Amino acid sequence: MAAVDVVKVLGEGAGKVRALKGVSLALAGGELTLLMGPSGSGKTTLLSILGCMLSPTEGTVQVCGKSTAGLKAEQLAKLRRDHIGFVFQSYHLFPTLTALDNVRLTLDVRGEYSQRAAAKAGDALAAVGLAHKVNSFPAELSGGEQQRVAIARAIVADAAAILADEPTAALDAENGQSIMAVLADVAKNPRRGVLVVTHDPRILPFASRIVSIDDGRIVGEAPGAQRRTNEASITNEASVTSKASDNAQASHNAQASHNAQASHGDKHD
Amino acid sequence: MPLIIKLAARNLFHDRLRFIATIIGIVFSIVLVTVQMGLFVSFGRMVTTMIDHASADLWIVPLGTKNFEAPSPMDEVERARALSVEGVADAIPILVSFAQWRMSDGGTTPVFIIGSDPKVPGLHPWNVVEGKLDALLIPGAVAIDQSYFERLGSKGLGDTAEIRDRRAQVQVVTKGIRSFTTTPFVFTTLDRARTYTGTPRNKASYLLVHVAAGTGVETVRGRLQKVLVKAEALTPGEFSDRSRSFWLFGTGAGAALFGGALLGVIVGTVIIAQTLYASTKDHINEFATLRAIGSSGRYIYTVIIIQALLSAVIGFCIAAAIGLVIVRVTAESALPVFMPPALTASLFVLTVAMCIFSAITAIVQVMRVDPAMVFTR
Repeated sequence: MAAVDVVKVLGEGAGKVRALKGVSLALAGGELTLLMGPSGSGKTTLLSILGCMLSPTEGTVQVCGKSTAGLKAEQLAKLRRDHIGFVFQSYHLFPTLTALDNVRLTLDVRGEYSQRAAAKAGDALAAVGLAHKVNSFPAELSGGEQQRVAIARAIVADAAAILADEPTAALDAENGQSIMAVLADVAKNPRRGVLVVTHDPRILPFASRIVSIDDGRIVGEAPGAQRRTNEASITNEASVTSKASDNAQASHNAQASHNAQASHGDKHD
Repeated sequence: MPLIIKLAARNLFHDRLRFIATIIGIVFSIVLVTVQMGLFVSFGRMVTTMIDHASADLWIVPLGTKNFEAPSPMDEVERARALSVEGVADAIPILVSFAQWRMSDGGTTPVFIIGSDPKVPGLHPWNVVEGKLDALLIPGAVAIDQSYFERLGSKGLGDTAEIRDRRAQVQVVTKGIRSFTTTPFVFTTLDRARTYTGTPRNKASYLLVHVAAGTGVETVRGRLQKVLVKAEALTPGEFSDRSRSFWLFGTGAGAALFGGALLGVIVGTVIIAQTLYASTKDHINEFATLRAIGSSGRYIYTVIIIQALLSAVIGFCIAAAIGLVIVRVTAESALPVFMPPALTASLFVLTVAMCIFSAITAIVQVMRVDPAMVFTR
């Protein structure tokens, strides 16, 4: 999935706003990319464009090698159905359906109705640690569990890209970490890229890459702690340290990197 | 159960108060339409009941006759003309006319006399529950329906009254032969009917033509049309249509019944549309989520249509049950509500159509949903 020189103008007349001013971003398989930036920086607009919910005013977006240019609403919906999974800040589960049915819904809209679809949904819930909650309704689940159901819904159809909008914003620290661990696990699939929009610095340790956006522009990009860890483990397996200390270091590095980029962005703007 | 049906059903039943309001709307609407259309069908059947029960291949009626109940006297010479036509086996005269029935206590009430010779196939009372048809040959004998006992001041067989100062005695009692005009039918012989109504011996209201075996009805009809002077030949179907058309549309009665039915449809459609619209609005986040996860427009419309269909089926079942009760309660009345299977099936189709049409506003609303709204809510 890639956006190249994307410009997005929102509104009309006097209320017209250039939400994105030439953004390029590629999402690679096996990566968890954090998109960070202050409110109004264009994060959600970029997410909506990458998610084929909004069309760019200028520039191009490609999903699995297909350009979205000129596609109609139904064709964009098909692209989302076939290639993209979504995780939302407020979960957006269907309150009248069980966890299993919420996950099955993704398959149902793709025309997969069989018992196998139910089994796949069950597997997806098991993958996020909710095998024992398949028959629970959203109201019977904690916020963290609801978000896990939403992640299961996003991955059940084997989407090539998972786009998550502030997935930890409505959760406490412990649940937030837990959700990010699940998303990081999801991103280990080399055929799947995960993009997480956030302003929660506590989740930096889970990133393979950190992209900063401000005022509609990408203002910085740095490798995240996960990539550093991975690279470290490839080049020097003997020097692998404990996970806890590694994460702590990575978190520190990432935060420092982010702060530097933000600072750079401020100067640039 | 397919997930799409489960989703639609749960959406529908989630807000029980709204669901009940929807069902009440549908039930109210369909019961209203059922009653109106049931009366319409019943009325249509009642105005032709005499024609339907007469033994005739063709009816010879005075020119310009608009309905069974309003004939002008026809001269017997037309019968002679009819009998001269090749293929006519018989042309049996019958008389229909109004008269005054004077009860034993002196009170009077109008009645509709039907005179037909019991010895030949004609227009005789049916559904006889007391006495025998042959008893009409007894001097002064008449047949009345038990539903008019009170109206005619009679308790049944053997009771006497006067019609045009002539004695009339109840010798035959029928069940279910009612007139939509509420004027009781009184059957008797042709000659006695002439006496009761002051009709000359050479006059009749109609001639019931029996076609000779092996001869086509249309052929005979064509021949009759050529020889009849102040009369015309109609098939029973044509005469029924003419009577029905007069009473239902010529008098405005049918228009009133149709108007009521149309009102029911409009009220029902508006109520269902409003509740479906509100329900869709309440679930707009979910529809936006469906759109966001890539569901096609068709999938979403199907959810709404299933909601509408579920409402239709549940609403119709309740309405049909109420309709059956109304049919039973009115069965013995002057104008019973009649619900033949075809009308029931039509009402079901109407209910479904009404609900689907009502879903349009909800669908239009969903079509405007921006899937990106899921990021901002």
